[in-house]
Amino acid sequence: MPNPKLTPRQYLILGLVAVCAPLGDTCLSRGMTHVPAISFSHPGALIEAVFTPWIAGGIALLIGFFASYLTALSWADLTFVLPATAFGNVIVAFLARFWLHEPISVERWIGIALITLGVGFVAQGPSLTEHAPTEPETEQVEVQ
Amino acid sequence: MSVVVHNPSFWFATALIAPVILCSTTGEVLTAAAMKSIGDLDEIRAHSGMKGAIRAVVTCPLFFAGVGFLALAFFALLLALNYLPLSLVAPSSASLTLVTNAIAGKIFLKENVDRRRWAAAVFVCVGVYLLAH
Repeated sequence: MPNPKLTPRQYLILGLVAVCAPLGDTCLSRGMTHVPAISFSHPGALIEAVFTPWIAGGIALLIGFFASYLTALSWADLTFVLPATAFGNVIVAFLARFWLHEPISVERWIGIALITLGVGFVAQGPSLTEHAPTEPETEQVEVQ
Repeated sequence: MSVVVHNPSFWFATALIAPVILCSTTGEVLTAAAMKSIGDLDEIRAHSGMKGAIRAVVTCPLFFAGVGFLALAFFALLLALNYLPLSLVAPSSASLTLVTNAIAGKIFLKENVDRRRWAAAVFVCVGVYLLAH
């Protein structure tokens, strides 16, 4: 039976889910702003864009996110994984504030506090619902 | 060509955002059900290696059903963004999906959504809305 207490490796996988998705989106966003406007008459430009460093990096990070997400869902509940990994939004906000020096409004600070509180709530509980084992079917022995 | 309506009516916005939430929730639930039916991927990888883990995932029909709905959610999101501003679509779909997933997880996956998880879903939902708005 799976252990509802998480191991350090499982915390690492949840961390990867939280970090890879927002970083991947950021890389894609940054890469697409440096690519000339893509029109339907030149769809080849979209293929070329995939091989630029920022977009290739973004795609690699999103593949990493999906692999980690599937791994997390194999040993934890969906209602545990989704709030726990929402912490990625907080990481992006802190990167925006302290790396890109973007201003953060009071509303956003309240949002950060609420997400942190929500993640704290869910992280204290069990990661997996333990369903009661089904009763083994009794073998029918034919009496001759 | 973009035809973004900056002050959409409630029903117009709901009609465009609801399919995003519905498809996303269905996709997440089906994917979660698929991964539960496969079992712990870490253990499978320990026994059968990375190839064995990948084979276990790609041979599960439920997984492809989930990915199909997630793809539909993506296209529904693109459609919504064509008519509604990003500042409305992104926070509302991201935050409401957390609540619908909690409801769907309890009903379809029989997960134990106790008061702690409901509180977490609501706190994160409001937090994501405030952060993305």
